[in-house]
Amino acid sequence: MTTGMDTRPPVDNRPPPLSGLELARWAWRQLTSMRVALILLFLLAVAAIPGSIIPQSDVNPLNVRDFRARNPTLSEWYDRLGLFDVYSAPWFAAIYLALLVSLVGCILPRCWQHWKAVRAQPPKAPKRLTRMPAYRKVEVDATPDEVLAVARAELRSRRFRLRRPAEDENDFVAAETGHLRETGNLLFHLSVVVVLLAVALGGLFSYRATVLVPEGTGFSNQVIQFDSLSAGALFDTADLPPFSMDVDEFRMEFVEAGNQIGQPSDYEATVTVVREPGAAPETHTIRVNEPLNIDGTSIHIINPGYAPAFTVRAADGETILAEGPVPFLPEDSSFTSTGVVKVEVPPEYGDDIGIQGSFLPTAILDQNGPRSIFPGARNPAVFLTAWHGDLGLDDGQPQSVYRLDTTDMEQYQENGEPYRKQLVVGDTVQLPDGRYITFDGYVTWVNLQIGRNSGRELALVGGVLAVVGLMGSLYVRRRRAWVRASVGPEGRTVVEVAGLHRAEGPAADRLDDEIGAITDGVLLRLGGAEGTAEADREVPGGGGANEKKESGED
Amino acid sequence: MDLDAVAEWSRYVVVVAVLGYLAAWLAFCAEAGIHSRRRRAVTTAVPERELVGVASSAAAADAPAEPPAGSSGPGDTELEQRADRLGRLGRGVFALATLVLAVGVVMRGLGTERAPWANMYEFSITGTLVASIVFLVLARTVVGRVVAVWAVLLIFVTVGLAATFLYVPPGPVQPALQSYWLVVHVGCAVIAFGLFTVGAVVSALQIVSERAADRGRTSGFGASLPNSVALDRLGYRLTAIAFPIWTFGPLILGAIWAEVSWGRYWGWDPKEVWALITWLAYAAYLHARATAGWKGTKASVVALIGYATVLFSYFGVNILFNGLHSYGGL
Ligand code: HEM
Repeated sequence: MTTGMDTRPPVDNRPPPLSGLELARWAWRQLTSMRVALILLFLLAVAAIPGSIIPQSDVNPLNVRDFRARNPTLSEWYDRLGLFDVYSAPWFAAIYLALLVSLVGCILPRCWQHWKAVRAQPPKAPKRLTRMPAYRKVEVDATPDEVLAVARAELRSRRFRLRRPAEDENDFVAAETGHLRETGNLLFHLSVVVVLLAVALGGLFSYRATVLVPEGTGFSNQVIQFDSLSAGALFDTADLPPFSMDVDEFRMEFVEAGNQIGQPSDYEATVTVVREPGAAPETHTIRVNEPLNIDGTSIHIINPGYAPAFTVRAADGETILAEGPVPFLPEDSSFTSTGVVKVEVPPEYGDDIGIQGSFLPTAILDQNGPRSIFPGARNPAVFLTAWHGDLGLDDGQPQSVYRLDTTDMEQYQENGEPYRKQLVVGDTVQLPDGRYITFDGYVTWVNLQIGRNSGRELALVGGVLAVVGLMGSLYVRRRRAWVRASVGPEGRTVVEVAGLHRAEGPAADRLDDEIGAITDGVLLRLGGAEGTAEADREVPGGGGANEKKESGED
Repeated sequence: MDLDAVAEWSRYVVVVAVLGYLAAWLAFCAEAGIHSRRRRAVTTAVPERELVGVASSAAAADAPAEPPAGSSGPGDTELEQRADRLGRLGRGVFALATLVLAVGVVMRGLGTERAPWANMYEFSITGTLVASIVFLVLARTVVGRVVAVWAVLLIFVTVGLAATFLYVPPGPVQPALQSYWLVVHVGCAVIAFGLFTVGAVVSALQIVSERAADRGRTSGFGASLPNSVALDRLGYRLTAIAFPIWTFGPLILGAIWAEVSWGRYWGWDPKEVWALITWLAYAAYLHARATAGWKGTKASVVALIGYATVLFSYFGVNILFNGLHSYGGL
């Protein structure tokens, strides 16, 4: 194509010369070459694959744990290669950083060139316009100057940029349009850089925490209250907005009948928020797609469950050893939930009690044992067994609140069998050593995610600009047009209109149409009198025209 | 209850459309058969024309409906008319089947009171509808007409599988999916999916056509295809339309929706990863064409790799992985 339109950086494939500076320049040229960009794009795509197949510790830590348990030796290798953390592994970072550098190294010089190209004058008309891919010739009675003036107006109205004629250029008009293609292309690539930076830098300041809140209780937004916290390197706990929140009600609704019975249909939490100590309480609702935003931190519902409430009394039937709801973890889609109640008992009332139970919102008991058949609480029941001894809570070891450490405990026995009881709401059972357990009822709990995604607005703006730029890059055609007017042998004015474009393919038809339309526009502006002018269409390069007529895919 | 019935009935409507596609395909096959019979008759009747045919094979392949000049034997015009009639019939039935499918999709949407693309069954029928419409638009051109034979087969298989193996009864969707982001996000994915599908068919045919032209074939399947250059461009244009839609829908709107729904806009969930892989693959395709100057078979192969990732982001991820996005309903 014509010079000046080709803005690709030259690719230098010579082997690296010896001097350090030249080596660096050679490496830079390689890195910013198109071939390398292409390879890096592919490489990044391929490198992303293992992370979708192998469980990732920051996406699904439980699956990683299971995988490690099942494949210990393989896991060792995976650890060495960072395959459980592909997206933060050094080799993955190396690829995308290389792409980023390549992108910037490629784009910045192109921006500069484009800036110059936009300000440059459209080039002169070639000597022989007949050689251009689109060409028209007409004869008119107006003088060449009149024709050129009209042509200028016509081209300007079609948003072409006109060449400022030099002294001796008085027989043609030169114009160009479609710089938006390159502008769009640069905008797209720059926006990709913006998105990548927004994601990377934003990640440094972001945090995400979870906290499990039974209905009727609350938490304050402090690190010690969180069940889990993951944060970027530059996150500062002082940035946490100082709010506190109570979950007054958490409602779960499920499809009651039909073939999707038991599917969740709605979760809704009604919460009271105090933005900072001493502020007036506000009431809000949080739903699955409607998070609550408090001063830049958003609060999402992650998953729900039930917390059965128990009261444990001493053998005197009066002294309360423990009471209140205890969150149980759902194990299936019908919310068959399991959990433990750890009761630390003062020595005068006996040893510690550990209750291990299942909460079934809609309980049935069949040959498969007790289980829940619907996630809503239609027929709530608890099946439990209990242990006594030393819970081991004060030996300093952190313990899971959902599992019982039975090393120093002994299961209650009854009639030579392990102690097992089934309770509905309000039931009280007596343990073999005389103490009492009452199943008081249940509340729901909700696992809330509290987090801030810094840089998300910037990433969004970058993304939208990228699409806009992409459309410019893909759909705008860059093209030039020339109109030449000169006095012909018969004394009439010969007007030649020609066009040249860079795009390939069907755009040839469109360029041809456009040049035709410009010609018609010029004739129209010259006045109806020229309607008699004989339009003489010449199609250069018969082969190409043939092809486009027959393929006709436009 | 009534609404559920509407949604259930939509399945039968879809099945009718499947039969329609089958009929259209048979008609197209018959048309193609007659054409190839004519071509064979021509080459055997006038063997010395073969050389000329080789030289101009690109031009001849461009217009498969026209036999090389001066070769019309007895009964040839009659055959040609029959082929034309069959072609018109096929296109008519194809359009009708598409209309029926559209009715089925709309019924499903009305019956479930939401956009009909919340599970694999719905996504498949809606995506196929988009592909059908694209094909119908293309079928007005010579290239498109040849492509249609293959397109219809693909559509027939996809809708057929959807109505049998992927079918799920109508019902509401889980809380995370009740969002207008779903409508736009998945809607864009469906449209891009349809366009990429058509593009992939075109790219595959491009490779066949180019090989046939390279070997100088004047008969057989490869020679019956349009000029490989025309197919190449068509494939590019379809991808150029689909790529920004993919950028906007699955990637950008997906990130917005994930932010609203899960509190993070990008979390390396398998579906997200594969949407990105698809995007990178097609970006590589556009680059290969625009800057490395790859054309023809080389570029088409890259496009097909891209399409393989589309298929995997859709079927593979839904079936194989258990991420946040696995609502496939299988
Ligand atoms: C994240 C990485 C990248 C993505 C997603 C990407 C994507 C794209 C897309 C979609 C196009 C439009 C193609 C067309 O106009 O037909 C394009 C064009 C282009 N890209 Fe990239 N690109 C990336 C990186 C790069 C890099 C690293 C370079 C330079 C080394 C580069 C240089 C170019 C050039 C020169 C064009 C213009 C082609 C033309 O219109 O002639 N790109 N890119």
